[in-house]
Amino acid sequence: MAALTLVNVTKSFGKTDVIKGVDLEVQTGEFCVFVGPSGCGKSTLLRMIAGLEDVSSGEVMINGARVNDVAPAKREIAMVFQSYALYPHLTVRDNMGLALKQAGQSKAAVAKSVDHAAAMLALEPLLARRPSELSGGQRQRVAIGRAIVRTPKLFLFDEPLSNLDAALRVATRIEIAKLHRDLDATMIYVTHDQIEAMTLADRIVVLRDGRVEQVGAPMDLYNDPDNTFVAGFIGSPMMNFLHAGALGMRSATMGVRPEHLAISRTAGQIEGTVSHVEKLGGETLVYINTATQGLLTVRLFGEHDYRVDETVQLTPEAARAFHFDAAGLRLR
Amino acid sequence: MATRTPLSRSIAAHAVLIAYTVIALFPVFVIVINSFKSRRAIFAEPLAIPTPDTFDLVGYTTVLKQGDFFQYFQNSMVVTCGSLFFVLLFGAMAAFALSEYRFRGNTLMGLYLALGIMIPIRLGTVAILQMMVASGLVNTLTALVLVYTAQGLPLAVFILSEFMKQVSDDLKNAGRIDGLSEYRIFFTLVLPLVRPAMATVAVFTMIPIWNDLWFPLILAPAEEVKTITLGSQVFIGQFVTNWNAVLAALSLAIVPVLVLYLIFSRQLIRGITAGAVK
Ligand SMILES: Nc1ncnc2c1ncn2[C@@H]1O[C@H](COP(=O)(O)OP(=O)(O)O)[C@@H](O)[C@H]1O
Ligand SMILES: [Mg+2]
Repeated sequence: MAALTLVNVTKSFGKTDVIKGVDLEVQTGEFCVFVGPSGCGKSTLLRMIAGLEDVSSGEVMINGARVNDVAPAKREIAMVFQSYALYPHLTVRDNMGLALKQAGQSKAAVAKSVDHAAAMLALEPLLARRPSELSGGQRQRVAIGRAIVRTPKLFLFDEPLSNLDAALRVATRIEIAKLHRDLDATMIYVTHDQIEAMTLADRIVVLRDGRVEQVGAPMDLYNDPDNTFVAGFIGSPMMNFLHAGALGMRSATMGVRPEHLAISRTAGQIEGTVSHVEKLGGETLVYINTATQGLLTVRLFGEHDYRVDETVQLTPEAARAFHFDAAGLRLR
Repeated sequence: MATRTPLSRSIAAHAVLIAYTVIALFPVFVIVINSFKSRRAIFAEPLAIPTPDTFDLVGYTTVLKQGDFFQYFQNSMVVTCGSLFFVLLFGAMAAFALSEYRFRGNTLMGLYLALGIMIPIRLGTVAILQMMVASGLVNTLTALVLVYTAQGLPLAVFILSEFMKQVSDDLKNAGRIDGLSEYRIFFTLVLPLVRPAMATVAVFTMIPIWNDLWFPLILAPAEEVKTITLGSQVFIGQFVTNWNAVLAALSLAIVPVLVLYLIFSRQLIRGITAGAVK
């Protein structure tokens, strides 16, 4: 059954349309990630699912029931925010238990649920502290714990890792993935970071300017993008887009991932000069300025020695290239 | 410009601040020292510190013998604290509504409420008096509380709504998802975070109310509802002024404002220096 269904949902703030008609179905137990550049409407869409923002038109259904006019607290959802949003005047224990207390559960039942959630996230030593006495990573774990306590039908995450440093981000990402497996819960996760999207998602929804560009499993989007936007957004470093006409092709644009662009000092289709080299140990990124195709990126595995200003030749791997029409749509 | 060493700059800064403090406190200082002197000494040497020779508590004894003084004091306290309470409560609630909810005419309503900052309420004195007469509120403390609440609200709404816009949306939304009512969100989540702004508003609201002579004179001149500012006027006559008593009354009138100010000042300084709410 679908845990969440959106039917032609739109949102306008005054005259500006922020969400321009989104249709989506999220299955029970699925980890669904909304990804897109900043300002494309991800948070707005998530807040509409939570009921924090009215829907201008369309329908939001949770577990098959229309919830357009249901208050956030009654939607059986839980939300984790980028800024943690812990209640500053309450201890960790009270922060986690507040929703159940508000729902009228007995003290003993609340304590039991809080203890259970705290055990899952190893939060027991922190239960008596206040949010101001916690580090950023601990605060976010408490915020996640607060969501777990409610045993919601739907978990909503709004960029929960953005305020954490790189190492903590990876650790918390793994923790969220593990939580999803353990709880078997339906999760909707918003991020602008395509790596988070790729690593966590069962299914990714790519948004641009309030519209869904493509929906699919991470590898489907990577290997079979519908348009230049998705092709450019998914995958790092970004795909190279070549003027196909200059290479004698019939399509308007040819997309080639950096690992599918062969580099040689002797022969190739496109000539250019090395403008910058990044050596990462396991891989080497070479940035090449070309006269006909602009700046291109080549990704090589292992260590390679290219000097800046050296002249090199590039050849796209034709079989791995994607072709797009003038409007950016994929030609298959 | 020549660069100055931090030391000379710090000396200069302190000199300016000390000079300003001395100038600002001088009138208060003169009032307080003279309130402890005999009438003759006040006029002979107004700037002298009381000596055993000139020391005289006659001002204070006159004021305290004028039996109603404590009544005046109490009236002033009731009016000031009552008005302050309503200004802060209604001001904060209006500010929350203006900053939190999107509704038709929101901006217009904000402007309308802020308009009162520019238009002095005294322009409406005649109308206010007519209204108070019609509703039988003349010579009651209620009349003063109502007028001062109206007088304090515009600035309170203006300042508080700016601060409330800075309170994290996520926090309020977390409360909504956890099932808190809008009132609980306002009182338990938002108000504690704008406490410095509330203190600022409290000080700016309180002092003009405590010092006001105009409305007590017009709306509540009766003996049992006189405020202290009005009460002190009995010592200022057309022909003879009892300066000892006036100075003693003024010195006593400073005390409560000072106490209230000290209560708010910790928050106030935080409000001025922080300027923002996290
Ligand atoms: N309350 C609001 N009033 C007006 N415009 C808004 C409001 N909230 C968001 N927007 C606009 O909606 C767009 C999408 O915002 P948001 O959903 O926060 O983007 P994202 O989370 O994808 O970065 C932005 O252009 C933003 O300016
Ligand atoms: Mg966002």
